[in-house]
Amino acid sequence: MKNQGTTNRPDNTAFDQQRLPAWQPVLSAGIVIPGFLLVGLAFIGIGVALFVTSRSIQVLENDYTGTGSSVHCSECVNPKTTPCTCQLNFSLSALFQGPVFLYYGLSNYFQNVRGYGSLRRPSSSCAPYQYDQNTTIAPCGSVANSMFNDTFTLYQLVNATRKTVPLDGKGIAWWTDYNIKFRNPPEVDGSLAAAFNGTVKPVNWPKPVYDLDPTNPANNGFLNQDFLVWMRTAALPDFWKLYRRITEGEYASGLPAGNYTLEIQYNYPVANFAGRKSVIFSNTSWMGGKNQFLGIAYLVTGSLCVVMSAVMLIVYAKFNSPDEDF
Amino acid sequence: ALMGWGNRLLKTYERRVDSRTVYVGHQPCPSTQAFVPPKFCDNRIVSSKYTVWNFLPKNLFEQFRRIANFYFLIIFLVQVSDRPGDPDHKKIKVGDIVEVLEDETFPCDLILLGSSRDDDTCFVTTASLDGESNHKTHYTVPDLESDLEVLNATIECEQPQPDLYKFVGRMHIHKDGQEPAVRSLGPENLLLKGATLKNTRVVYGVAVYTGMETKMALNYQGKSQKRSVVEKSINGFLLVYLCILLSKALVCTTLKYVWQNQRGQDEPWYNQKTQKEKEANMFLKMFTDFLSFMVLFNFIIPVSMYVTVEMQKFLGSFFITWDRDFYDREIQEGALVNTSDLNEELGQVEYVFTDKTGTLTQNNMEFIECSIDGFQYKYQDSRTELDGFCVTDGPVSKLQQKAGREKEELFLRALCLCHTVQVKEAGQGVGFADQVDGVDVASAVEQRGFIASSPDEVALVKGAMKYGFTFLGLESKSMKILNRNNKIEKYELLHVLNFDPVRRRMSVIVRSPDGETLLFCKGADSSIFPRVRQEEVERIRMHVERNATEGYRTLCVAYKRLTDEVFARVDAELREARLALQDREERLVAVYNQVEKGMNLIGATAVEDRLQEEAAETMEALQSAGIKVWVLTGDKMETAKSTCYACRLFQRSTELLELTVRTLEEGGRKRGERLHELLLDYHKRAVQDAPPPKGGVTRTWSSAAQEYGFIIDGTTLSLLLNASSDVVSSNYRSLFLQICQNCTAVLCCRMAPLQKAQIVKMVKNSKGNPITLSIGDGANDVSMILEAHVGIGIKGKEGRQAVRNSDYAIPKLKHLKKLLLAHGHLYYVRIAHLVQYFFYKNLCFILPQFLYQFFCGYSQQPLYDAAYLTMYNICFTSMPILAYSLLEQHICIEILLENATLYREVAKNAMLRWGPFLCWTLLGIFQGLLFFFGVHCLFGNSALQDNGQVFGNWSFGTIVFTILVFTVTLKLALDTRHWTWINHFVIWGSLAFYVFFSFFWGGIIWPFLKQQRLYFVFANMLSSVSAWLVIILLILLSLLPDILWAVLRKPRGPHAQQVPFSLSAHYWTVEVPAMFL
Repeated sequence: MKNQGTTNRPDNTAFDQQRLPAWQPVLSAGIVIPGFLLVGLAFIGIGVALFVTSRSIQVLENDYTGTGSSVHCSECVNPKTTPCTCQLNFSLSALFQGPVFLYYGLSNYFQNVRGYGSLRRPSSSCAPYQYDQNTTIAPCGSVANSMFNDTFTLYQLVNATRKTVPLDGKGIAWWTDYNIKFRNPPEVDGSLAAAFNGTVKPVNWPKPVYDLDPTNPANNGFLNQDFLVWMRTAALPDFWKLYRRITEGEYASGLPAGNYTLEIQYNYPVANFAGRKSVIFSNTSWMGGKNQFLGIAYLVTGSLCVVMSAVMLIVYAKFNSPDEDF
Repeated sequence: ALMGWGNRLLKTYERRVDSRTVYVGHQPCPSTQAFVPPKFCDNRIVSSKYTVWNFLPKNLFEQFRRIANFYFLIIFLVQVSDRPGDPDHKKIKVGDIVEVLEDETFPCDLILLGSSRDDDTCFVTTASLDGESNHKTHYTVPDLESDLEVLNATIECEQPQPDLYKFVGRMHIHKDGQEPAVRSLGPENLLLKGATLKNTRVVYGVAVYTGMETKMALNYQGKSQKRSVVEKSINGFLLVYLCILLSKALVCTTLKYVWQNQRGQDEPWYNQKTQKEKEANMFLKMFTDFLSFMVLFNFIIPVSMYVTVEMQKFLGSFFITWDRDFYDREIQEGALVNTSDLNEELGQVEYVFTDKTGTLTQNNMEFIECSIDGFQYKYQDSRTELDGFCVTDGPVSKLQQKAGREKEELFLRALCLCHTVQVKEAGQGVGFADQVDGVDVASAVEQRGFIASSPDEVALVKGAMKYGFTFLGLESKSMKILNRNNKIEKYELLHVLNFDPVRRRMSVIVRSPDGETLLFCKGADSSIFPRVRQEEVERIRMHVERNATEGYRTLCVAYKRLTDEVFARVDAELREARLALQDREERLVAVYNQVEKGMNLIGATAVEDRLQEEAAETMEALQSAGIKVWVLTGDKMETAKSTCYACRLFQRSTELLELTVRTLEEGGRKRGERLHELLLDYHKRAVQDAPPPKGGVTRTWSSAAQEYGFIIDGTTLSLLLNASSDVVSSNYRSLFLQICQNCTAVLCCRMAPLQKAQIVKMVKNSKGNPITLSIGDGANDVSMILEAHVGIGIKGKEGRQAVRNSDYAIPKLKHLKKLLLAHGHLYYVRIAHLVQYFFYKNLCFILPQFLYQFFCGYSQQPLYDAAYLTMYNICFTSMPILAYSLLEQHICIEILLENATLYREVAKNAMLRWGPFLCWTLLGIFQGLLFFFGVHCLFGNSALQDNGQVFGNWSFGTIVFTILVFTVTLKLALDTRHWTWINHFVIWGSLAFYVFFSFFWGGIIWPFLKQQRLYFVFANMLSSVSAWLVIILLILLSLLPDILWAVLRKPRGPHAQQVPFSLSAHYWTVEVPAMFL
């Protein structure tokens, strides 16, 4: 209790009296015009770098849906012809700079619909792919069930003989997905198949989950990298997914000029929902895959800033004549 | 003329007119045939807003007043509590005899029957009721038996009513075989619940009002909630956003079914429906889809805004309480905030209605100077000198000999005789006298107290006393005066010619000790000058005019010798007129006018009703802030007018349009006709002939245009409002309002409290619904304080009723300036920005989610993770805007106070009108589009890292969300003009928290989550250069309009001068060549 005279008197603190020391910035022309100019120039610089980089990235895309304008694999469109293998020939006139990534692309394919990624209510359910005749499906759910199952084999034609280009299926999924997020059930007696005892394969799959990659036992079960890539649902209905990397042997530095044949095992039906399939060879840079948008956007924004700083300068010079002080 | 008004009074009175009978001690009385115990309410007080029973309906009603609270329907904040109290108190019934000990509070309203004090009194303090902490004396019912056990009495009293100071009742005391004795009961016998017994060991009383019927409880009821314009704007905006929400959901639902009709899209093989979905009814599915979209987009409704607004209002109001500028040393108190709902309304005030006495003035009349026969006399004492009012040199306690002793003494005698003042013995307590505006009960008693109907009469008598002539009192028709030589003179008072506002003068006819018959007259200059000899006028006119200019109330004093014959005739006429049954008033006035003729002017007086500190400056500031000031007073017109001059509401050049009883009677025609004529005339002058207001801020305030002041009195007002027919009445009303709106100041005098409220209500409901503010200090201002949008109470000497009923209370009038110009302005800007920002940030939050539906098959797929959806409004973007809305000073307080015109910039809800709302909405839409399509273009190739791996939909959403959080926060940073450390802390802290949270949320496998969909998404995003680049690009592009706006907006007003623009220009001219070389 303070003495009587000042009992009710409000405290004289800077906060109470709304007198906190404050910085009162003003966006004056003296700051903004050079600021705009600098930002504009920087953006133009980045834009040029992006644009040039993006242009240098090579992309080779081939539609193999087999319908419409696509001539490749038209023989496989009829779903009755299974298994169907078709070939896609292409030639490179120059070295396709490595490392080369092989993507498959799907369009008009809505991986992002609600309910596809087991978000269907009730959310705990993988319905309609939870049980197959009362036995639990592993992995359950629509995404797993509809996993992309076309396979690609790439051959280089050297002197009329087909030379297999080794495709690397490792490192195509996120590192964290492979190492942390997804786990296989603990193996029973050293066998992954036994761990999945009591479950059945998804309805559409030809093989059970523990048998996805017969060549590499570490690439099976929930840790199959193709499966992981597929499970990372795409943001938009037209998407690419990484299929293989070409990083080994003589092809590590790229695909040399020459003729190539891509053998496609055509399993995945897209015709009934008007989807399209394609296969893409691409290399990357520091900015990732080819994307002209960023470079152009930066160039436009940068130029805009420079132009605006010029306009502001003119406006400023005109209105700041000595007799008119504003 | 007063009929309509009277009717209204009667109606309210009727409710109370029946009385209640209380049986003291519940003893049946012999006189009543059958004792039926009457039923009164019990002694519980429910002060909580809700009870168990009325909670649901009442709460629903309250909540639905705000459209948004539709959302709060499920939230039940049940507060059911009874006021904690002694359980015994609840059992007290009307008629019980209650014992109260010292320092206890009375449990209900009691009639005091017995006291432990010898003099049958007790002392109470009503501090908790009206704030008056002095001890008040209450009296027991006179002549009671001391033994209350055998007392057999009934009390008849009025039905409960809220007025604390009124009570009427009767007590019938029955004794065996005797006629019941009757005692009258008044407020001095009533002990109020809530008051505390002091200095008295014990009292006994009988309960007359209990529980909710006590005066205290009645006074806490009936305050309806005031709502601010901002709240109304919010409701409007909300409606728009609800429409947006509905249309978004509708569009999506429709498009979903259109899209599904395409081949293969309804149920592609890769995403087959469950059995349940296949069986579901088509329309049911549509409906659930619609609802799902509503849920998906419902974040567009800024529910959290309501919480933030409430917090802002509650916390913000502390700044008023804390403000040291509002602290008054005299009463040792600062400002008081009774409601925090109206903070921003203080920045929107268009009309200020102020009481005069005690608010504009100190209600403390003082004799300043007089002019006798053309010579000026100025009385000086140390006090006036301190205040710097005096210009003549040296203290003079005696009159300078200028006008001749005879004239001086005549003048002073006139002052001593010509009045209706009564002398009151020293030491007599003021008691329960109710102070009414303008009727001063001898405020400052020196040795002797004077009672008069008007305080300036007292001032004049006291003035004469200072010059040596003391009025000793009226005894059996003779007035005694102690003259300079300490001799007592006796004058026989023959007639008093009463004051009335039309004549504006009063006279007395006395017979002097030496047998002469004299008439002394005093009155306003305009009414005296035509009735005296003209050569005398010129000598005094100058003084009168100068004094009037200075805001003093001037009166002229004249006298006349009456010969015996003349007096005999006048005497006869007056007696005859007084006895007349018809037209008594008119006949009296006729006689008065006849006798008050051909007088000799002796001199003039100047009396000052001291203004409150800085009253004139405050009024001037309010006027230049574009606020119209109306003075509503119960006082006489002359006094009020001089106050208006003194506080510069009226200037010398102001042309006064007077609509009073005086002007109505001038034409000699019927009042109704004259009223019509005057109204039309004034309307023509002030409205039609006035030059059209020039565009922009230069308004009538500038000296070029003729300024008008309007004066109306209570009688005329009721005549105007209760005209013969409704059509005429509404026509008059609109004429009146139009005239008033074109006047710089309006003075309404002779107002009854309810009329004050009527005026406020009329203005409040006029075209454009202007925001009104009432300020007053007394009980008679309560009605207008309650009626206005914002009610301000002055913590004056007249008790606490005004303060209790006000929304804000300040110690002095001068504090109003800072309250409105600084606090009000800032609060308005803060909350307006807060509201707009909330709508904006939720719009650009949800718009990308809406756009995403077009790319995910209208499947209600959320773009953002659930954690982000929830945290966005709660954690990531809430604190910066709260800090902004508490601390922002876009213009600092000193400048706001110096430049009152800045107040006009936010007038008429400028920041929350549809224009600014549209701008904010467009900005939100622009940014939302930019966020979504920018990232969409980036995801044209979802391989964003050099390892060729692709990003999925959650990365997409996270990038958009990151841009969103940074943009809306930086947008606020751009808007912040006043960066305290708190702003820095919350703005940068929020962004840091977002980054930290994202790492944290995505860095751990959460065991309770079924899907770890955000696992490492954020970290992975940051490892992509392209993602960084797109984030930077889109943030900059989104903020570009704001930056441009901030730069290109011409710095307006004097606040721009605080940062010398020419200085930065100077830098610039130096910089240009350097840059281009």
